[in-house]
Amino acid sequence: MARIRLAEVAHSYRPDPRSDADYALQPLDLVWEDGGAYALLGPSGSGKTTILNILSGLLVPTRGRVLFGDEDVTRKPPRARNIAQVFQFPVIYDTMTVAENLAFPLRNRGLPAAEIRARVAEIAELLDLAGDLDRRASGLTADAKQRISMGRGLVRRNVAAILFDEPLTVIDPHLKWLLRRKLKQIHEQLGVTLVYVTHDQTEALTFADRVVVMNDGRVLQQGTPQELFEDPADAFVGHFIGSPGMNLMPCQIIDRSAVVGGQRVALAAGAAPAPPAGAGRLQLGIRPEFVRLAPVPGASALSVRIEAVEHLGTYCIVTALLGDVPLKLRAPETFDAAPGAAIQVWFPPERVKIYADGRDVARSLAEPAREIA
Amino acid sequence: MEPRPVDNRAWGLVLPVVLIVSFSAIIPLMTVVNYSVQDILGPTQRVFVGTDWFHDVLKDEDLHGAFWRQLLFSGVVLAVEIPLGLAIALAVPRSGRWVSLCLVLLGIPLLIPWNVVGTIWQIFARADIGLGGYAIAGLMGVDYNYASNPLDAWLTVVVMDVWHWTPLVVLLCYAGLRAIPDAFYQAAAIDGASSWSVFRFIQLPKLRRVLIIAVLLRLMDSFMIYTEPFVLTGGGPGNTTTFLSQYLTRLAVGQFDVGPAAAFSIVYFLIILLLSFVFYTVLTRVGRGGEA
Repeated sequence: MARIRLAEVAHSYRPDPRSDADYALQPLDLVWEDGGAYALLGPSGSGKTTILNILSGLLVPTRGRVLFGDEDVTRKPPRARNIAQVFQFPVIYDTMTVAENLAFPLRNRGLPAAEIRARVAEIAELLDLAGDLDRRASGLTADAKQRISMGRGLVRRNVAAILFDEPLTVIDPHLKWLLRRKLKQIHEQLGVTLVYVTHDQTEALTFADRVVVMNDGRVLQQGTPQELFEDPADAFVGHFIGSPGMNLMPCQIIDRSAVVGGQRVALAAGAAPAPPAGAGRLQLGIRPEFVRLAPVPGASALSVRIEAVEHLGTYCIVTALLGDVPLKLRAPETFDAAPGAAIQVWFPPERVKIYADGRDVARSLAEPAREIA
Repeated sequence: MEPRPVDNRAWGLVLPVVLIVSFSAIIPLMTVVNYSVQDILGPTQRVFVGTDWFHDVLKDEDLHGAFWRQLLFSGVVLAVEIPLGLAIALAVPRSGRWVSLCLVLLGIPLLIPWNVVGTIWQIFARADIGLGGYAIAGLMGVDYNYASNPLDAWLTVVVMDVWHWTPLVVLLCYAGLRAIPDAFYQAAAIDGASSWSVFRFIQLPKLRRVLIIAVLLRLMDSFMIYTEPFVLTGGGPGNTTTFLSQYLTRLAVGQFDVGPAAAFSIVYFLIILLLSFVFYTVLTRVGRGGEA
């Protein structure tokens, strides 16, 4: 077991990549600490699976190196890498029994029969497969098959990391929750590095200690679920995480405050230094959860017109117009203003973020964006 | 329980199929049955003979010979073409520029009319002027002549059939192989499987259905083989490459014994049906173990 690093890795599926657009994975540098639970979160086609396949050795990256500890494994095949991977759709060996399926990775590595038997029994117990060990794997349900696939990933004791590629896609919702709990337990028990690919934010945020958000072949932000929620480095992260996502409203910066929909929004001291001349599209971002209803004395209130109110049990989501800019906010269940009414809201300055061309202005001034070749 | 309401409208839905099957199979078959129980002496003269023709045909020594030759031929052809076709399919690249070329080259024998295949080999294998025959007999010094030596004739017919029909097995297997999702190969790579294990535990099980179809097609087709050996050897030397179809044709067209020929046709049909049924039943059980 070791720390895993993707050093300056980039990948193109074309044999002769010329421009940035040819790269499915833009240059990135990622470190996976030993024993961490990571999630790779992003929409389809964002390069999550490409990263997994590079980690496991199914793909050799076009550029960069893959390091397990100090060892360079970039060109080593999966067999030589000591890594396990579970795929999106169940892969089982039809002609084998459940036990034989689980034992397969161990048998291929020449472990003694007694040890294999003990290990298979242990994993079967963990995944509720103990009763089916002697059955043909091909006759089982999709989710049992996927549990077998996961079992084959978990059965090897000495792996550097276990990679999961959206493994719960085919599983029933109520079992999904159970299996996710199980994975979490397994992670706590075994202390092995887990990397979990998903496009479902709930899955990523509940499973992982650290989440890597990707879009369009780029890593946008890496952090704890809380960091991603409270301090999105990128407008995409803000919008993708959260339900509903962050409000992103076109704005102008005038005299250290923002103007949105014709109204002035106060900014925190560091949040938006004067944007560099020629900075692109500016957006003001604020999460629906952080918009305050009751105006605070002394603060500059904004007046908005209510468009719709959705009651969601313990709270409601209000859609309003700030000038002509739509705004969503979260209000208590007791909120009773009707559509058409005008109300006053307030954006706490420390919760307001300014994005220039999608990147957090405060952040990109502090750490200039790395040149992407 | 309430009595079910009677609704005859379903007949209207079944009727087209009944009609089509009648014209395509049942009526032609019945005319054969009709011939098989009569002795037809002339266009207007016929005598009902019951099962006499069946007794005669089943006791016919020549027919027994043809039957065992036929079984041997089909057995040899299956034993060669199925493994060979599978091996070639595994060797064809999965993707890239060579795929189309390989598939077209493999497909060519399937596009050639059967009597042309016979003619090609008839000339190709001649020891005096044929490229293949001359290479074996003239250059390698082997005493080879398919027109006079029964063993040579057999080898030539078998090699011709292998050349003609192995591509069918290759194409079927290749299609089956391509249908296996990449994830299976990826999982096997992660699990550390050897290439033999990949074949044994992924490719072979996934090809099971395709192979059943390939075996059945080649079994039925080879059991009915007629044109190619007819053109190549004419069933000779002697009767050594006379298979069932050719025997039947001789009976029906050559000697115009319509009654015995009809009786034999029915027996022939039943044999193929039985063999296919047995193969299908056995093959569908193989690789499924105790499962229903």
